[in-house]
Amino acid sequence: MTTLQPPVAVRRRRSWTGWGFIGPFVLVFALVFLAPLAYSVYLSLFRTQLIGGTTFVGLDNYQQALQDSQFWEGVARVGLFLLIQVPIMLGIALLVALAIDSGRLYGKDFFRITVFLPYAVPAVVATLMWGFMYGTRYGLVGDLDDALGTKLPDPLSADLVLASIGNIVTWEFVGYNMLIFFAALRVVPHSLYEAAEIDGAGQWRVITAIKLPAIRGALVIATIFSVIGSFQLFNEPAILQKLAPNAITTDYTPNFYTYSLSFAGQQQNYSATVAIVMGVITMIVAYVVQLRGMRKGA
Amino acid sequence: MPKHSRRLLRGLGLVCALALGATACGGSDDDSGDKKVGSSDIQSALKKGGTVTVWAWEPTLKQVAADFEKKYPKVDIKLVNAGTNNDQYKALSNAISAKKGVPDVAQIEYYALGQYALTKQITDLKAYGAEKLASSYSPGPWNSVKSGDGVYGLPMDSGPMALFYNKKVFDKYKIAVPTTWDEYVEAARTLHKADPKAYITSDVGDAGLTTSLLWQAGSHPYKVDGTKVGIDFTDAGAKKYTDTWQQLIDEKLVSPVTGWTDDWYKGLGDGTIATLPTGAWMPANFASGVKGASGDWRVAPMPQWEKGANASSENGGSSLALPELGKNKELAYAFVEYANSGAGVQTRIKNGAFPATTKDLNSPSFQNTEFPYFGGQKANKIFAESAKSVPTDWKYLPYQVYANSIFNDTVGKAYVSSTKLTAGLKSWQDASVKYGTEQGFTVEK
Repeated sequence: MTTLQPPVAVRRRRSWTGWGFIGPFVLVFALVFLAPLAYSVYLSLFRTQLIGGTTFVGLDNYQQALQDSQFWEGVARVGLFLLIQVPIMLGIALLVALAIDSGRLYGKDFFRITVFLPYAVPAVVATLMWGFMYGTRYGLVGDLDDALGTKLPDPLSADLVLASIGNIVTWEFVGYNMLIFFAALRVVPHSLYEAAEIDGAGQWRVITAIKLPAIRGALVIATIFSVIGSFQLFNEPAILQKLAPNAITTDYTPNFYTYSLSFAGQQQNYSATVAIVMGVITMIVAYVVQLRGMRKGA
Repeated sequence: MPKHSRRLLRGLGLVCALALGATACGGSDDDSGDKKVGSSDIQSALKKGGTVTVWAWEPTLKQVAADFEKKYPKVDIKLVNAGTNNDQYKALSNAISAKKGVPDVAQIEYYALGQYALTKQITDLKAYGAEKLASSYSPGPWNSVKSGDGVYGLPMDSGPMALFYNKKVFDKYKIAVPTTWDEYVEAARTLHKADPKAYITSDVGDAGLTTSLLWQAGSHPYKVDGTKVGIDFTDAGAKKYTDTWQQLIDEKLVSPVTGWTDDWYKGLGDGTIATLPTGAWMPANFASGVKGASGDWRVAPMPQWEKGANASSENGGSSLALPELGKNKELAYAFVEYANSGAGVQTRIKNGAFPATTKDLNSPSFQNTEFPYFGGQKANKIFAESAKSVPTDWKYLPYQVYANSIFNDTVGKAYVSSTKLTAGLKSWQDASVKYGTEQGFTVEK
């Protein structure tokens, strides 16, 4: 043993030099990224009861989550939201980006700033503002009813509230996505457009044959961000719940459900489990989107 | 290379284990020594002095703390506002599970007290002679601080219910003030017919109101015996409530405005919400939130479920309790007794609190107080009368805080869809049973 030590010591010193360089990063990475994740996984293996205290339950919480109809209804709800709201939002963003990029728009800087501005409004403020406008009594909808003598449907009723949330999210994020698309469009070499013109291609042809293929990467990125954003829907329903307590349940979206479990029900363990399961689902869906997006590109 | 990465992993594992060890220290050691504390012990503790940390959001305690410090110069009361109800309970639960920073005295509402009492997180005050105070409190609040045969707090205030009504609206449409809930429904019809914008009250589903009305109707939905819990919303009292309230919902006679919102305050002010059945703590909120309608409103006794009956119930109210992990228990108890039973009560009444002590409720100066907001009406007489007629056999669940948080998920459906109130209550019952079972209670269905 002792005779073997010197060479080992030499090797260790060499290895520590390398660790010295990446050590600070590894430390921060471990503390900031790995430790919270590990702690959540650790939490999800226990169950704390008012009667009986904390016990180790293995994967019981996961089994419960997989059979939890409240959780899956939330997942289905954000899934529906994703399928309808994301295409609308990205479609509008793309349209605006193409319009601004076409160079035929008068005052395009003004439009660019105006469309982007809502993104600068914090989500909480935006939701409060929209919540007020949705009011059928003293809000904008109520004022419209009074002025026009109509009876508009209540945007905060149980049937419409998901669409109303979609409207808020679209308003908030069209500008952000537009900027991603617009930035991607700016780097398309102008020689391509000139070549297309020489070949006699119209604007529509330029868009489908040059612009869209050129920004496919940006489209995929924006879609992935939107998928993640939809699955993490929380602010809007959490704030509107105060105005429409019967339309928005405490398990309305998976994120809202984990919040309620943890803060109203003191079920931190199960809450951690639901969060982890939702995280895995989000990762899978985002990965599938990425694979499909990239395969088309190849 | 593999050797190094293994070492790295071991290091990481250590970091994680340390992080986990530091945060995950649950456990539950029990040390509930049942020792009697005489008044001489308390007196000597007061002479010796010390610091008492009080977590409360009740504004009137500020003056009480100052007076107490003046009377006992060696005692330092640290009054901390750790948030209002739910926020404070979260902070308190966190402090208790971390066993750090637990206050010596905490304000806890009656409906939330059971959970802390059951898990022995607050001290049984019998050891300090709290039992002797039983006769000095009105029955509703006193019953609320008892759990099993223990006394887990002293009542600070109470909310005997009354019907606040907009007299201007009632006079305009010549509607008599309802004395029964059937008359109330009739009044709702007459009013809404006369002015389609006006409603008898606003209700979008509120757990506090529903449980209070069930309480008044003589229903006993919750049965609690230690860790054994029963939940049933189908007894005769509950049927009275659902039959009546279903009519109000079906005929769209209640305004769909959520309580405590801007719309709600506006409705109370402009006469479109004509009545409000709620606790006796409401007048201060009227005076500050609905200034414009000063003089319009009056107070009447609660409408009855049966003609000629005289039953009321409590809505809201809170107690001061001693967390088990708090320090300076003798001093803490001395402060709680001073604030909720001694000289502090008068101080708090002067600043607008509604007391739970019968002596003060019955005192002429209290009962003869005229409320300018209610056109000079001596409203305390009605409140004090109501406090006497609260059925004493009501129980909240030991996890009522959670149950109330899912009320709108379940019963709320009756307000916005074709779901009936009885069906809504059934799903609230099921969800509450499910949670209770998950939390280790023995729940009979």
